[in-house]
Amino acid sequence: MTTVASILHVLLALVLAPLLLGIVNRTKAKFAGRRGQPLLQAYYDLAKLFRKGAVYSRTTTWVFRAGPTVGLSAVIVALAIVPLGGLPGLGAFSGDVILLAYVLGLMRFMTVLAALDTGSSFEGMGASREVQFSLLAEPALLLALAALAVCAKSLSLSDIYGLLYAGEPAHVAPAAVMVAAVLLMVLLAENARIPVDDPNTHLELTMIHEVMVLDHGGVDLGFIQYGASLKLWVFSALLVGVALPLRTGQPILDLLLGVGGVFAVAVLVGVIESTMARLRLVRVPQMLVVANVLAIIAILWALR
Amino acid sequence: MQILPEMLVMLLLLTDLRLLSSSRIAACIQTVVLQAILLACMTLAASWGHLTLEVMGVVLSTVLVKGLLLPWLLRRATREAGVSREVQPFVGFTASVLIGGLLLGLCFVISRPLQQAAPAGSAVLLIPGAMFTILTGLFIIVSRRNALTQVLGYLAMENGVYAFGASLAVEEPMLVEMGILLDMFVAVFVMGIVIYHINREFDHIETDRLSVLKD
Amino acid sequence: MLWAVVAIPAMMGLAAMLPSAKPVRRALLLLGALGHSGMVAWLCVRGVGDVGDAWIALDAPGELFLAITSALFLAAAVYAVGYLRKEAGQATHDEVEGFLFYNEPEAVFVGCLLLFLATMSLVCLSQHLGLLWVAVEATTLASAPLISFHRHHRSLEATWKYLLICSVGIALALLGIFFLATAGRGHVHSLTMHSLLSVASTMDPAWLKAAFILLLVGYGTKMGLAPMHTWLPDAHSESPSIVSALLSGALLNCAFLGLLRGHAILTAAGLGHFSGDLLVLFGLLSMGAAAVFLIRQSDYKRMLAYSSIEHMGILALGVGVGGLAGVGAMLHAVNHSMTKGLLFLAAGNLLAAYRTKNVQDVRGLLKVIPITGCLWVAGFLAITGSPPFGLFLSELTILKGMLDGGRWAVAVAYLLALGVIFVAMARIILPMAFGSPPAAMMTDSAAERRRQPAWAVIPPLALGAVVLVLGLTVPAPLWQLLRQAAATIGAQ
Repeated sequence: MTTVASILHVLLALVLAPLLLGIVNRTKAKFAGRRGQPLLQAYYDLAKLFRKGAVYSRTTTWVFRAGPTVGLSAVIVALAIVPLGGLPGLGAFSGDVILLAYVLGLMRFMTVLAALDTGSSFEGMGASREVQFSLLAEPALLLALAALAVCAKSLSLSDIYGLLYAGEPAHVAPAAVMVAAVLLMVLLAENARIPVDDPNTHLELTMIHEVMVLDHGGVDLGFIQYGASLKLWVFSALLVGVALPLRTGQPILDLLLGVGGVFAVAVLVGVIESTMARLRLVRVPQMLVVANVLAIIAILWALR
Repeated sequence: MQILPEMLVMLLLLTDLRLLSSSRIAACIQTVVLQAILLACMTLAASWGHLTLEVMGVVLSTVLVKGLLLPWLLRRATREAGVSREVQPFVGFTASVLIGGLLLGLCFVISRPLQQAAPAGSAVLLIPGAMFTILTGLFIIVSRRNALTQVLGYLAMENGVYAFGASLAVEEPMLVEMGILLDMFVAVFVMGIVIYHINREFDHIETDRLSVLKD
Repeated sequence: MLWAVVAIPAMMGLAAMLPSAKPVRRALLLLGALGHSGMVAWLCVRGVGDVGDAWIALDAPGELFLAITSALFLAAAVYAVGYLRKEAGQATHDEVEGFLFYNEPEAVFVGCLLLFLATMSLVCLSQHLGLLWVAVEATTLASAPLISFHRHHRSLEATWKYLLICSVGIALALLGIFFLATAGRGHVHSLTMHSLLSVASTMDPAWLKAAFILLLVGYGTKMGLAPMHTWLPDAHSESPSIVSALLSGALLNCAFLGLLRGHAILTAAGLGHFSGDLLVLFGLLSMGAAAVFLIRQSDYKRMLAYSSIEHMGILALGVGVGGLAGVGAMLHAVNHSMTKGLLFLAAGNLLAAYRTKNVQDVRGLLKVIPITGCLWVAGFLAITGSPPFGLFLSELTILKGMLDGGRWAVAVAYLLALGVIFVAMARIILPMAFGSPPAAMMTDSAAERRRQPAWAVIPPLALGAVVLVLGLTVPAPLWQLLRQAAATIGAQ
């Protein structure tokens, strides 16, 4: 039964992920008093992109073409090991915490390489910023997961999330609050959301993620956008597992709760995007350093 | 282990981080007020179930002095001195937060021997948390050049000391409690007067330029 | 009855802050000082009784320090009345940079002076550590306006450093007191000395040690132990001489008393060697730091300030070694306060005559202002521990205590530091006293500056007489009190 639910989770994620972007945009539209684009706009965009062919610059090599494909497959691997609340990941094994961090790292690495491969200084700038910020975001993610691992005394992501709230909640709650805050900050930074990066802007002074994919088109761009929505799903699932202490024991019920939670995270992201201003570029590292320190506090507390 | 005291200390740690990372004096004052409210909550949480009139008096006066009077004095001083509203650090904000992380680790290490004989019922985080708040205050005093920010650092430090006393519900008579609060109030008052005179004499309140006297 | 010792100066101080005529205010100052010393003298004659669990009580060390404070304040108050009459009114020329400045309102100065006395008396009387802390912090607040009596940028700088460094230090001492309260492993006990001493042996050693370290850093800052002494030379050099005399002779002792209470508790808990060794360490550090800064010192008020750091180091050292040295340290506290009062008041006369704090510009004291010059030389001999003054006796007693306890290494370091300081101070002070005076000082136009009114020489002369008598003989009741005090603080 659990395995079936896990398979269902992967399938649901693959189908529903683009909807998250729709929810975020709809929330922002509501805050701004607009009607906003249709909920399914991300699907229309993807369908349009998949129908088109790609144009490649003569200066690019195979790295540029491999980027989107490797990125998408990496994030699908991540999706296969990420648990959703009490529901274990499909391919869970001991030590998959590390694998998760590294497949996400691989995805970013390929995007950066592909951006550098174009030889455009503009994309190089975006790549440099992306790497600079992920230099701080990645340790924050690892430290946060390490704090949870210490709390649950396990190295398998699914075990960690399953056992996290098994004991007395008072033993975990303070660390869990810290970790949830860290994961939220990392989610915003890694998915190029507003306090860090504005997905709608095309100002060269401020763009980070968008600028790296300017030269991609057609199917490649489709892969990148689909991969981005899956990445948002993965991070939301990680966040929901910590922030929602409900563990029913019924796999299907867990699945439904988890999916609901993921959608709630999308709404939260929309709210943050509507209420906060974008940080100045120099302040972004500061936010991520705070995230790191919070994660360290969580670990120290768990170790005490 | 109870969840509430633990969470309160966690929040205190978060306010320390905010103090280290915010660049505006107004935000720092707000953070110190927040700490005062947390302290009042800690006092309440520590003596929950056997609330006496005395405890209520202490809580009320804490909020009154630390949460209302002191910030009022500080805001007035900011306005009167007409100083820049930026914090003006010697050490950058990112570096400050990183150093804060290191200090926190240090606090956990040095509080370990004390932890074993800690009184029952206190939060696990309390000793490192209070120490960290004190060290944060000290760090702010030495790393910021604005005299007002140094007063804020002093207040943060006092809050750290107070957090310790509040959560352990130290057997303290009301009179002493009031004396401590009165001293703090007068201290900030006198510091405010000195800042006023420094501002008149020097046209700024940057303490790194108070460096005539040395050997 | 004990409350009156605090209440008399406090009431007088508040009354002095009200708008009134200048003579009335000065009369209040004298009246407060006289009333206080009268009360204290009466208390001393009555002797100390059983302290019990009271918050406010007079035990032997409290009585000793209270008597020192009261005597010094009386001398300073007499001096202050004349000083204020001279300083009153118009703008003054700064002696270093030559700009004009105004003094603080006299109401604030006199009021704070009396409040300062009240808070210091409260420190001496407190048997409750929380109350003691409140009183020590109050001394900082009451004395801060005194330091910036001359309102110019240097005195403001000194005041700011004093306020901030001492407040921060004292905050750590409060944490130390909270640690003492929690050290009882969950047993509820009050913070009076009586109850702390009675449960000390059951307390947790780790918490007690941490508490003492915090108290040492906290009260040590206020007391001027190196390396937390940085505020002290600035505050002493920029404040008026009477304030410097009180800071050095009375305030530092009060902070020391706070530290002694902690030492007493640790000794009762069987950890006396831990706190004692720390005191010895910080004492030697302070003596060393003072010796280093005294060589090539060019400002005579700063020189006196560093000398205070040295003597605070000696006090800590004596108590840390314990035994006979503890008794010696108590005697030393008396001698040092009196001598330092004498020296600072004499320095005030010097400053008034020569209008400079620079050692190089002060020459031929004995010819220009003979009485103050003699006092200055006598004060130098006394403060460096030369016979026949009291400090010789007390320093020798401390040395004897060290040798009795077999602390040879400590004794060698102690003698070395004393030797270096003697040479350093002699090189500064002797040329000031002898040599030929600057021509400007001997002209007729400087005659007014050379005049030494009675109020300016009688108080330091009186203090000098006390030190001299204490060097020749220590009266039996005083000796008894010193022994009792050393026993109370666990240094015997």
